[in-house]
Amino acid sequence: MSRVRVVDLGTPAVPGAATVDVVVDGLPVSVPAGTSVMRAAATAGVDIPRLCATDSLEPFGSCRLCLVEVDGRPGTPASCTTPCTPGMTVRTQTPRLEKLRRGVMELYISDHPLDCLTCPANGDCELQDMAGVVGLREVRYGLDGANHLDGATDDSNPYFSFDDSKCIACSRCVRACSEVQGTFALTIAGRGFGSRVSASAGESFMGSECVSCGACVQACPTSTLQEKTVIELGVPTRSVKTTCAYCGVGCSFVAELRGDEVVRMVPDKDGGANAGHSCVKGRFAWGYATHRDRQLEPMVRERITDSWRVVSWDEAIAHAANGLKAIQAEHGVGAIGGITSSRCTNEEVYVVQKMIRAAFGNNNVDTCARVCHSPTGYGLKQTFGTSAGTQDFESVMHADLVVVIGANPTDGHPVFASRLKRRLRAGAQLVVIDPRRIDLVRSPHVAAAEHLQLQPGTNVAIVNALAHVVVTEGLVDRAFVAERCEADSFAEWESFIALPENSPEATAEITGVPADAVRRAARLYATAGNAAIYYGLGVTEHSQGSTMVMGMANLAMATGNIGRPGVGVNPLRGQNNVQGSCDMGSFPHELPGYRHVSDAGVRGIFEAVWGTTIDPEPGLRIPNMFDAAIAGRYLGMFIQGEDIAQSDPNVAHVKAALGSLELLVVQDLFLNETAKFAHVFLPGTSFLEKDGTFTNAERRINRVRPVMAPKSGRQEWQVACELATAMGYPMDYANAAEIMDEIAATTPTFAGVSFERLDAEGSVQWPCNDAAPHGTPIMHVDGFVRGKGHFVDTPFVPTDERTNRKFPLILTTGRILSQYNVGAQTRRTPNVQWHHEDVVEIHVHDAETRGIRTGDSVTITSRVGETVLRAKVSDRMPQGVVYTTFHYPGSGANVVTTEYSDWATNCPEYKVTAVELAPTSRAPVTEAEMHAEHQPVAGRP
Amino acid sequence: MTSDGNTAHESTGAAAGPGAPADPGAPQTPASLVRMANQIASNVAHKPHDVAVEQTAGHLREFWPPSMRATLQAYVDAGGTGLDPIAREALARVR
Repeated sequence: MSRVRVVDLGTPAVPGAATVDVVVDGLPVSVPAGTSVMRAAATAGVDIPRLCATDSLEPFGSCRLCLVEVDGRPGTPASCTTPCTPGMTVRTQTPRLEKLRRGVMELYISDHPLDCLTCPANGDCELQDMAGVVGLREVRYGLDGANHLDGATDDSNPYFSFDDSKCIACSRCVRACSEVQGTFALTIAGRGFGSRVSASAGESFMGSECVSCGACVQACPTSTLQEKTVIELGVPTRSVKTTCAYCGVGCSFVAELRGDEVVRMVPDKDGGANAGHSCVKGRFAWGYATHRDRQLEPMVRERITDSWRVVSWDEAIAHAANGLKAIQAEHGVGAIGGITSSRCTNEEVYVVQKMIRAAFGNNNVDTCARVCHSPTGYGLKQTFGTSAGTQDFESVMHADLVVVIGANPTDGHPVFASRLKRRLRAGAQLVVIDPRRIDLVRSPHVAAAEHLQLQPGTNVAIVNALAHVVVTEGLVDRAFVAERCEADSFAEWESFIALPENSPEATAEITGVPADAVRRAARLYATAGNAAIYYGLGVTEHSQGSTMVMGMANLAMATGNIGRPGVGVNPLRGQNNVQGSCDMGSFPHELPGYRHVSDAGVRGIFEAVWGTTIDPEPGLRIPNMFDAAIAGRYLGMFIQGEDIAQSDPNVAHVKAALGSLELLVVQDLFLNETAKFAHVFLPGTSFLEKDGTFTNAERRINRVRPVMAPKSGRQEWQVACELATAMGYPMDYANAAEIMDEIAATTPTFAGVSFERLDAEGSVQWPCNDAAPHGTPIMHVDGFVRGKGHFVDTPFVPTDERTNRKFPLILTTGRILSQYNVGAQTRRTPNVQWHHEDVVEIHVHDAETRGIRTGDSVTITSRVGETVLRAKVSDRMPQGVVYTTFHYPGSGANVVTTEYSDWATNCPEYKVTAVELAPTSRAPVTEAEMHAEHQPVAGRP
Repeated sequence: MTSDGNTAHESTGAAAGPGAPADPGAPQTPASLVRMANQIASNVAHKPHDVAVEQTAGHLREFWPPSMRATLQAYVDAGGTGLDPIAREALARVR
């Protein structure tokens, strides 16, 4: 249930161009063929009473409220399940229908509590509404018969409760869980009067397969499934549309509030990325924004061993500016730099990179994309000409074959995964290429046709093998290649990929994947029709991450799977604005719009607008910053919204680098691991306070609107402007919209973007300019951005990271559904109930030979470090591979990961670390122990 | 991937043992730059020699700041032990 009265047309829209004309209550209306009578009526402005129907779910025909009369037909069919036919004449209000509806409502109300005035859904209840709409005045059955009024309440889920006494068994929740989410955790147990909603087989919600996406809560027409925040706070009174700050899906939400207090976040039905769905994080885990751990005041200290001192904004800015200038005066312009955030808005990131380029005077700016999808930017630019994915999310609904490589979307991009599962249930086939048996391999009504369970570090070998099959078995789309791709680079690549060393048989020894499985997968990809690749950090976070991206691009071009819905090369970008952060020029070699700093023409554009000169040489990447800091040549840093001391590899090296700095300025919500090394702390803003835009993995620019004033008193972009001004470069904007206007004026792919356009259109996918005024959902439709597609030879070069007798296992890392990245946000919400510590998953045979059982403490040791985690024996990985997450600072997953990285971009090789596990009596480091390492704030207990 | 335990496959920059960080306090710059440059070279080594050199040089020009190029060039001037020949020639082209 949602407070904002969203228009609900009763049943889903039906695609198609053909239309049919009907008359409803004398009103003529034309609708797509196949549309239900209910939806046709709603389109004409006639709302037919209903309880089990909603336009996010397929019609069910159970409540019997939506009955209509149709000329020439007997009886009173349900309008939700009756399709329109040409010339149909429908009456929605007749004495007969009114009597029937009142009778139906009488039955519902005879078995429903009559405590409306104290019910959490008072004023926001569809059952209440329908009772009024049908004119119910009496319940002749009385309330003494058998009923369900003593139904129990399940409060196990931290975010919502299930009150069985109020359930009308409309099945909306069950259908939402199956159709929308695809988890199938709910069912109707029993029959007839005994029909009741059941989570799994009579489990509690928390004990069932429920993933707490909240789709059932949203679908519920009564207070049966109710947000606990509504129970506690009451029904919201106003709403603001905004965008989620978790993953790269970028779900649109309606924040429903009382004053500036968020009551609930309801997924926006009109959200381009999510179409009314969400996951547990976006829908429920927003409480961190007002958590007591929020550091809301600026602080400074001379040494990182000193206590923090709360100061005014002016003093903090002056302290930072003076310190950075002093470092430059003594050590040179290049001795300072900064890192932008992938969680801040485009406007905030643009201002920080501008500050670094214009006020710091160098290109020492980088962003967290360095450690995740920088190979995507490199690889797709080399082959297609654009550093971004090629499709929108809706494209997957047109795919015949989906390949998921190095990604676990049901955990990392759950709302996209729900859409993917819907397409798979409708008949599309799936190939999974991953060392782990991710959930998608086999889940309700979904099974992968092939699971290529390769050894970590062998991605390029397997993509070469797939391409080898395509080329040697005559499966190349020669017409597409001839028309759209470079002839010479294709010819060179074709010769290379046809070499015997690239065959499935030759690479089987490297990858561990049987040759026949590779051949089947390749044939599927090449012949399925529309074949799409979706990939994640299991592709990019390798020493050949960029090569693998180019290998996938080669495969897509060779088979003609580019430039239309249902195909493409689709990076599943991790963070809410990592795409935007890259778009905004956060890389040391590129200005906004992915244009190299050496290009005098591009520099000229920005120099004219910024009124300064820009360094024409590339600056330092994040790993280079660390090396230069340890070498004593890089001594000052501004870090916006990143916790590199937890998220970056080889934490000992990172901490040594941070400890070498003379001045570290951290702008964040909380005192995190990186802030332990800071000299200036500038409080940041949560997404609930920001005013700007995020760009998601499908290049969709969405508005982020503030629901409350910045708790620190400053927007983050204002802080960067003040710091730049204090360093001698005056910078100011009237508002965030003005920043986007400057971005649009300087960046051709954003030329048509403005807050005004976004308010009008909801969102746009860049490029958005005169050539594409409403944005570009699908790229490279008539031609590649670079002109002709470029093929790149991709020889397999094994990583230098090898197992041996001392470190015989391979550690790979990833994320899970309930926690997010370093956990700074989700650890401060009830999501910890699902995942209160990181564990290391180990294969049963590896565990047996080491005497390890589930729950045991184990050391994980690599050549660079050691940490302690609890073990979980699992068969999801192949023997020889272990897996963990990095959501808790005490886990130290990155204490053991190494400095090895992608050859082209220095994206760390998180997915391949040689380790050994052994039982230990030591316990894992707790979050409290990590937090105790922070220096106190003077004057606070 | 798994060796027979022969230390010949130990990666460069090996730690002193479990728990010991890989020399975080010392300037790693020459060793890490050599590794990065060699890695670039090994990923283009399948090309004809001159093409590989030019692609490596182009990569260094496009993505490495002058300070990193200068540091590695100084290392080359001092002998350049361990630097891949392709990378060595590429550095000469970006002087």
